[in-house]
Amino acid sequence: MTVETPARFSPLSAWQDRLARLPAGVRVRELPFLSQLTLRAEPGGAAAKAVEGCLDVTLPGPSRAEMSGDVKVLWTGPDEWLLVAPDGRREELVPRLRAAVGDGFATVTDVSAQRTTLALSGPLVRAVLAQGCAIDLDRRVTPVGSCLTTLLAQAPITLVVRGEAASSVWLLVRSSFASYVAAWLLDACTEYRGG
Amino acid sequence: MQLIACPWCGKREETEFHYGGQAHVAYPEDPYALDDEQWAQYVFFRDNPRGPFTERWVHAAGCRRWFNALRDTVTHEFLAVHDSRTDQPATASTALASQRRKGQEAGR
Amino acid sequence: MNNPFRVRGHGHVDPDTTLSFTFDGRTYTGHPGDTLASALLANGVHHVADSIKYGRPRGVLAAGAEEPNALVQIEAPFPEPMLTATTVELYEGLVARGLSGQGRLSDRPDPARYDTLHAHCDLLVVGAGPAGLAATLTAARSGARVILVDELPQPGGSLLGSQELLDGAPATTWAGDVIAELGTCADVQVLRRTTAFGHYDDGLVLALEKRTDHLGAAAPAHVSRQRIWRIRARQVVHATGAHERPVAFDDNDRPGIMLAGSARTYLNRFGVLPGRRGVVFTTNDSAYPAALELAEAGVRIAAVVDAREEVPEHWRTACEERGIDLRAGHVVTGTSGTGRVSRAHVAAFAQGRLGDRRGVDCDLLLVSGGWNPAVALFSQARGALRYDAEAGAFVPAQPLDTVRTAGSAGGTFTLSGCLADGADAARRALAAIGGTGRAVSLPATVPLPATVPLSDGAPAQVLWRVPSPRDGQDGTHQFVDLQRDALVSDVLRATGAGLRSVEHVKRYTTIGTAHDQGRTSGVMTSGIVAEALGVDIADLGTTRFRPPVVPVAFAALAGRNRGELFDPVRVTALHPWHVEHGALFENVGQWKRPWYYPGAGETMEEAVLRESRAARTGVALMDGSTLGKIDVQGPDAGVLLDRLYTNVMSTLEVGRIRYGVMCGVDGMVVDDGTVIRVAEQEFLLTTTTGNAAKVLEWMEEWLQTEWPGLRVHLTSVTEHWATIPLVGPRSRDVLALVAPGLDVGNDAFPFMSWRDATVAGVAARVCRISFSGELAYEINVPAWYGIGVWEALLAAGDAFGITPYGTETMHVLRAEKAYPVIGQDTDGTVTPQDLGMSWVVSGKKPDFVGKRSFTRAENRRDDRKRLVGLLPADERVLLPEGAQIIATSGIPEPPVPMLGHVTSSYRSAALGRTFALALVRSGTERIGDTLYVPLDGRTVPVTVTDPVLFDQEGTRRDG
Repeated sequence: MTVETPARFSPLSAWQDRLARLPAGVRVRELPFLSQLTLRAEPGGAAAKAVEGCLDVTLPGPSRAEMSGDVKVLWTGPDEWLLVAPDGRREELVPRLRAAVGDGFATVTDVSAQRTTLALSGPLVRAVLAQGCAIDLDRRVTPVGSCLTTLLAQAPITLVVRGEAASSVWLLVRSSFASYVAAWLLDACTEYRGG
Repeated sequence: MQLIACPWCGKREETEFHYGGQAHVAYPEDPYALDDEQWAQYVFFRDNPRGPFTERWVHAAGCRRWFNALRDTVTHEFLAVHDSRTDQPATASTALASQRRKGQEAGR
Repeated sequence: MNNPFRVRGHGHVDPDTTLSFTFDGRTYTGHPGDTLASALLANGVHHVADSIKYGRPRGVLAAGAEEPNALVQIEAPFPEPMLTATTVELYEGLVARGLSGQGRLSDRPDPARYDTLHAHCDLLVVGAGPAGLAATLTAARSGARVILVDELPQPGGSLLGSQELLDGAPATTWAGDVIAELGTCADVQVLRRTTAFGHYDDGLVLALEKRTDHLGAAAPAHVSRQRIWRIRARQVVHATGAHERPVAFDDNDRPGIMLAGSARTYLNRFGVLPGRRGVVFTTNDSAYPAALELAEAGVRIAAVVDAREEVPEHWRTACEERGIDLRAGHVVTGTSGTGRVSRAHVAAFAQGRLGDRRGVDCDLLLVSGGWNPAVALFSQARGALRYDAEAGAFVPAQPLDTVRTAGSAGGTFTLSGCLADGADAARRALAAIGGTGRAVSLPATVPLPATVPLSDGAPAQVLWRVPSPRDGQDGTHQFVDLQRDALVSDVLRATGAGLRSVEHVKRYTTIGTAHDQGRTSGVMTSGIVAEALGVDIADLGTTRFRPPVVPVAFAALAGRNRGELFDPVRVTALHPWHVEHGALFENVGQWKRPWYYPGAGETMEEAVLRESRAARTGVALMDGSTLGKIDVQGPDAGVLLDRLYTNVMSTLEVGRIRYGVMCGVDGMVVDDGTVIRVAEQEFLLTTTTGNAAKVLEWMEEWLQTEWPGLRVHLTSVTEHWATIPLVGPRSRDVLALVAPGLDVGNDAFPFMSWRDATVAGVAARVCRISFSGELAYEINVPAWYGIGVWEALLAAGDAFGITPYGTETMHVLRAEKAYPVIGQDTDGTVTPQDLGMSWVVSGKKPDFVGKRSFTRAENRRDDRKRLVGLLPADERVLLPEGAQIIATSGIPEPPVPMLGHVTSSYRSAALGRTFALALVRSGTERIGDTLYVPLDGRTVPVTVTDPVLFDQEGTRRDG
């Protein structure tokens, strides 16, 4: 029996049409199939430095994300980061990082399908998020580059501020919660549909 | 909705945290050197003071880190939070400090 | 004629637009800017409803949220009960009726939207009266982030109800100018129609914004009708004003009896005369402006009755000039009237004695017993109160670090004082957070006698109640709480019964428990109790203020957490397939799991029998993706697992799998699952679906707090994997088809081992484990590929009759093999030994979590409950899970000795009968005995058996 590689489905593949019909002022796009790895290492330690050298990035400090490179680095805990890279990089990155760490103590785990990524943009994003996020997204409090693991409505999320005053954000959502978050976002936008 | 200052993530709403009971209740060095009653003290018995109490909390919806906190069980005020690995104070008290005690005791 | 009681030249309603509304079946008109109460009064309607207990006619006492009487039911556009007519904005098409204390919820779903919004600011100002506006302006000009909330549709607060001048113009002009300036500040938000109803910890204030209520049927459907604001403020200023309180006297509840300040508000805010011929009864100066302004507008003031002997000269003169009969040292002792008040009885009052009574005809009796600062929010914020003997009111004792009051909320009653106090409060608030409040030039006020409420002219007399002239029935017609129909005599009965605390009196009499939270009755009750007991009211205090300050609809509190958003629904990658193929779902925590897949016309029982038959005789598959999965990596991974599992994990070879149980320090089972060794320094363990987060948190607690030196990291990978158990004697055949590169032979791929393989073209991890006793494989692929692999398995298994099955069949299969489900067959009091799983407890390891407790005397008792099987004598009887088990066929007299309970109960295709698992005291020793399960008034005999009821030899797992 011959087998073909089956198609992939992202957690929100069935939501694309609905997400495409949001009111002006807020755009929501799923960035499916990103390579995502959990990195655990003692900050400043040899293993962490090896990872930084390998990826040519500086591991960001608390509540910050380093979004400039090909491999983006999101702080998720005092010795924990989420590495986010384009689709198809996970098979290559895991062994490369593990090799770089060598005998040092740092661990890399493939969690690519654990979460999906939503890119939100537009002047209404902050108001939409304020319906369910208790954190102050004012630009003076939560500037660009902030990375917060928190709750949106009743779902755990990691929020990365990419544009001033949350005019552009990434939401990383656990796959099982993705349709809840999508439904919540659509409902939150009802207010702006203008009759 | 109280704010709790996570040593790593800063002030967050209390729903992001889970409670872990009394802090500094170490696993006994040698459980088998204890008789049943002494062992039961470790397993089942905890302090329940009126006033400052050292507790374990975890920032469950955030950085997943356990930390120790000194909380006043009368006012619920967090007097300090500590990184449990070093047990050094990580931040000072949250707002609404002393005023709470001055609160409306008369109205009780 | 429309609105016979409307006067020209007064009020802020829009006279050019007419709104039509219906009250108690009759149609009336009003204007934009009216409340339902002001529109009714403009039409001469005073009687709103009859009281709840005594059925006495009641009217409108107040003009705002303190109203105790005028409860209405809105019938259209959508039914809503228990609103006060004084806070319902009038709109076209409003249909309402008066309520005797109880309303009716709609039997239709509410079509309106409700939502919640989080907001943050440096300074929150509650109340847009003179103090609140001055505070907001001061902070706004200093560049602070400010939110101003106010319950009214227009700014000004008490200014709307007065004829005050500021800088020589009507004070409301100044209020409008301030709001206009605030509108130009980027960091200032003004929320109208918004009531702060709760002040919570750490500067959190909840406020209810009524966004479209005032639009009636014209409200746009996409805009939320009401919004809960969750405002987190670094500093809060309560400029919440004060509520006027009445004085108790006989028959003080008739329509036409109104608070003096409220009557003034009806004139100045709404242009409405609440009567034609008024009597004013007061204990303080604040009623005089009301009397004079109403007289000016055309109300004949028949008398001003002032309880004080000494009345300030300027008020005497003003009354004289207008020919108003001023009776100092007098009180109103009672009223007459059929329905509405028609006469006030007036008597001299000195040293507690009443003189002769004289009747004064009137259709309006205005009362002022003084003013209570609105301190509910301040008190909720844990602000202390003190009794101010001069004002006869409880006022804030001192500001808090982050909360202060301003204006009359703090006991400052002059307009100039309120303005200065507001600005000062804002400056102090900003200073407390390291800012600087810029000085703001405040508008000039006009000196006395035209003042807001209590003037600083003359002291008020504190008078809670006028003695009843009726001998022997003291206080029987004197109402304290009009909504609860609670009387002075009820308060005296409470103190007579020995109650000393106002909290107890409140509960005994129900005073203060209605929608109005006792705004007009609470302090009066304290005063009457203090007099009755001969104690100082300052020591007695008030009852505790609790949120919400105003009634808030549950719909608003629920917000958008309704319907599909009520609680997050977690789904697996395969969920769309299950939906498409008609699965019925079971809720497991927040997860939706396929329960069973009914065929056409199939009952649940038939479907489950069919699904289990397929798994036992052919091949079946299910979605196991919800199992918790934790990646454990690091040099000390084995050490950690050895400490947390009851058996040894560190000796597991790479490529092999072991079942394990975790216990708490008390020796009770916490969770179970499989552990696979991925690599020398990496394990992957599974947890029960509902325990995934709890187990990870618990493992982290041990690791982070007890053994921080262990070099090991834990990562949840639950949702990274789609997990598909492929079960049944033909599962090997199906796997061979989709994984041609994998040697599926029993020797090459033995039980409790795993292989990385390409399955249906996808890199997969295949585990040979079984939760059914059958030959089975668990196929794990990244979740994106779940549906593709699932469909490939279905296609490959078609020839073998492959059957998808749900959780019900899973339970039947596992229960037949006595595989326990943690949390169903255990309840936190069950050890591995109780489950008959001593084999999973290592005797070699010196210690692990729970081990020491296994040797506690309590855990070694012979009569502990043990897991056993139960076979009902009648093979058709399905025992309910949770059913109790007793020793006798008859039910003895209580207390009935209980031997245990049924934990799992199913109908088995393989056994051709029903069966159950149960925890039974000394269960192992009772195998073969007959016990009884009480059920529907009879007892069902059951035989105790070994828990493993199917394939006890375990021959089926290798196919």
